[in-house]
Amino acid sequence: MSETTNKWIGQNTIRPDGAPKVTGSAAFAADTNMPGMIWGSVLRSPHAHARIKSIDTSKAEAHPGVKAVVTAADIVDFPVDTPFPLGIQDMRWMCRNVMAREKALFHGHPVAAVAATSEAIAAEACKLIEVDYEVLPHAIEIDDALAPDAPILHDFIEFEGKPSNIAGTLEHTKGDIEAGFAEADVIIERDFTTRPVHQGYIEPHACLVSVAADGKATIWSSSQGQFMVRAMTGLLTGIPQSDIRAIPAEIGGGFGGKTIVYLEPLATILSKKSGRPVKMVMTREEVMRASGPTSGSKSTIKIGAKKDGTITAAEGIYWLQAGGLPGSPIRGAVGCALAPYDIPNGRTFGYDVVSNRSKVAAYRAPGAPIGAFGIECVLDEIAEELGMDPLDLRLKNAAKEGTQAVHGPTYPLMGYVESLEAAKAHDHYKAPLGPNQGRGVASGFWFNAGGESSAQVNITEDGNVVVTTGHPDIGGSRAGIANICAELLGIDYRRVSVLIGDTATIGFSNLTGGSRVLFASSIVVTESTNNVIGTLCALAAKIWDIDPEAVIWEDGEARPAGANAGQFPPLTLEELAARANESGGPIGAGAQINTTGAEGGFGTHICDVEVDPELGTVQVLRYTVLQDVGRAVHPSYVEGQMQGGAVQAIGWALNEEYIYNKNGHVDNPGFLDYRMPVASDMPMIDTHIIEIPNPKHPQGVRGVGEVPLVPGLAAVRNAIHDAVGVRFNDLPMSPPVVLDALDMAEAAE
Amino acid sequence: MAKLHISTTINGEPTEYLCAPDETMLDVLRNGLGLTGSKEGCGSGDCGACSITMDGRLVCACLVLAAEAEGSEIETIEGMADGEALHPLQQKFLEMAALQCGICTPGMLVAAKSLLEQNPNPTETEVRYWLAGNLCRCTGYDKIIRAVMDTAADMRGAA
Ligand code: FES
Ligand code: FES
Repeated sequence: MSETTNKWIGQNTIRPDGAPKVTGSAAFAADTNMPGMIWGSVLRSPHAHARIKSIDTSKAEAHPGVKAVVTAADIVDFPVDTPFPLGIQDMRWMCRNVMAREKALFHGHPVAAVAATSEAIAAEACKLIEVDYEVLPHAIEIDDALAPDAPILHDFIEFEGKPSNIAGTLEHTKGDIEAGFAEADVIIERDFTTRPVHQGYIEPHACLVSVAADGKATIWSSSQGQFMVRAMTGLLTGIPQSDIRAIPAEIGGGFGGKTIVYLEPLATILSKKSGRPVKMVMTREEVMRASGPTSGSKSTIKIGAKKDGTITAAEGIYWLQAGGLPGSPIRGAVGCALAPYDIPNGRTFGYDVVSNRSKVAAYRAPGAPIGAFGIECVLDEIAEELGMDPLDLRLKNAAKEGTQAVHGPTYPLMGYVESLEAAKAHDHYKAPLGPNQGRGVASGFWFNAGGESSAQVNITEDGNVVVTTGHPDIGGSRAGIANICAELLGIDYRRVSVLIGDTATIGFSNLTGGSRVLFASSIVVTESTNNVIGTLCALAAKIWDIDPEAVIWEDGEARPAGANAGQFPPLTLEELAARANESGGPIGAGAQINTTGAEGGFGTHICDVEVDPELGTVQVLRYTVLQDVGRAVHPSYVEGQMQGGAVQAIGWALNEEYIYNKNGHVDNPGFLDYRMPVASDMPMIDTHIIEIPNPKHPQGVRGVGEVPLVPGLAAVRNAIHDAVGVRFNDLPMSPPVVLDALDMAEAAE
Repeated sequence: MAKLHISTTINGEPTEYLCAPDETMLDVLRNGLGLTGSKEGCGSGDCGACSITMDGRLVCACLVLAAEAEGSEIETIEGMADGEALHPLQQKFLEMAALQCGICTPGMLVAAKSLLEQNPNPTETEVRYWLAGNLCRCTGYDKIIRAVMDTAADMRGAA
């Protein structure tokens, strides 16, 4: 595709789902009701850790208005000794997460659920359920869970031959780490911690499920994958997947947190038992106690470099909280930590640690910000030690085409170096700073993902286009798809409707996650559209009675080409659609592909802060995100991903954390005390889009959405160091923490 | 609990409803009246997704009892466009990609409209503080703030 002829790719078109979203008519999961609908409510564990000896639901069942009750006994059990992977999840843990089985593993863990004629009755009936708990000692923090006398969450988990809360490990190595450190002129080793943070989507989890008399279930829910909802609900309820139709509602944010089910299997069983449609909506408190977050972590990072800045060895050891059941994102942490660098000797190692917190869920580049944080902080210190500019240090060691990463792959063409060079050249990097102000930089990497996607492209009888794909649109992907389809067909993008199909109307499509949606869906949409163009050309050839090969498609019309050029007047899409029956029928094509070629993404951030030495508050003054996006199909939404990710990183760095009390309960399960960034906290977020087209993609697309969270934690932290000379190795850098550290630094002087 | 009979005006339409004394305006709008454009992000006044105006005052519908609305004039997101013609803020949000998932959008738009009615020429800081009660987790606020400032400039130009 030539750069100059693009009419729609690269344009900031109006998204196909725009008007409903600004007028309030778009249907999110909690916006749908059905006749005869009743309400479900969940009874949650009041203990952080307890054995469930028995559950008596008889009083709740007898309560007027109650129509059904569900407990773990109604949910398909996946025995702990038989792994049952489904995507990146394991059904052994999913079945125990949606409903506590042998034990309640965290405060807020579902224990039973009730459906009743009103929300109030359902909640009241939950209180009538009698659960006999044997309360057990709990472990919340990583160090509590690793202590020699720690309460063991699962007797089936062993590590090094002993019962343990370490549920798994992952290691990457390259070269000879000891020899590498022996060559170094400077070695810096530091310990870091990051806190668990919630994805913070504004829309709580919600679903409406109707199981008809024939046993067939229809699910409307907010998720990052209707096929995931179908599969997990089918497995957990025993209903064949062919009898489940999962309809994706508009999704009000997910950031990874909606890649698993919480409510859908419960509502399905409640609907099946009651014969009524059942609606369930989490409160914000339930979201904060029992869904998400990403892991808290501790890590030890050691990096050695020569005087000229060449890194000779790097090592990162990470412990990540999984929550009550195994499965922290150690792959992202140990895989992405060193990925931006060409390092001869490297080692990363991750431990998956269970403790009595809600089970973690994916959060935007799961694990990668944790992996990058300590590395990018130590690099800052090495640069200072060597008297080098921190961007120059990164440039000296930057991975490029042909570099073999510590986590394995050899990189193809990609734009990390370009992001560093653009940062160096940016006027932000040269702008003067005032007192108590500082500037930090950091870089980051995310794998990106391909995988299964399906699309159907149909031409309507009036010559317009309907595109259906299988991915919930979480941030404007329909706009990108419309641009691509319109570009290929050579028509105005407003003639292309883009819809998200449900599990009965479109082929299997994997999750909206891994920064894969526009990458993968544009591959299937391109293939389908090109097939449609082939059909249109064949129809024109038939009408003109010439060879199909002698017809070309240009600017939305079929034109005779070669020897026949100019012999017939062109036939437009409208004209051909009207005469579709002459070619044998409807014009449409679909594609189902397991896409490959999603190459990793890199970005660099520059952050300026001002620290108030009296209050300990940190104000972000200026922020610039520089990233190789491959090809920006819809630049505004690409910028939006970069800006939104950066602000989530700022929240993680400065404020967000769960406060647990001594009983192991979250004390701040709401937006008032769990402090996410608000508009008045933030400056504008500048973006610098770098386009080095991905050679393995028809439009050059690379994943965009996750990289922008990765560098941010360290960029903010390095800026604070530059401002006040204190290195914070523990997040969040909230005002009391900053103030304490400043006081200590002053006392030490 | 005996239900209360309330007469009010919603988006210019005389509207009557029955509500329990402890029911919120948000519940009545969403569940009773089918006006689901106002969203519930928290139910505690902390996210602004349920923003509406009552007698011209910007409020969180989740913090107002439905029974308090007797005789008042309520405006919700559903009343913002004039038929098919979008309000300039709605149009600008689309043109400038000031929404990603869109769950915060109705509340943002209602709050921004209320700001511009009181202050047609807000500074960036004023917009940021006015919208500080409206959480958005997707956009980082940048494009929302720009869209509001741009709309204000357009509307001043048109006035
Ligand atoms: S739902 Fe009313 S402020 Fe959040
Ligand atoms: S656009 Fe998703 S919360 Fe604002």
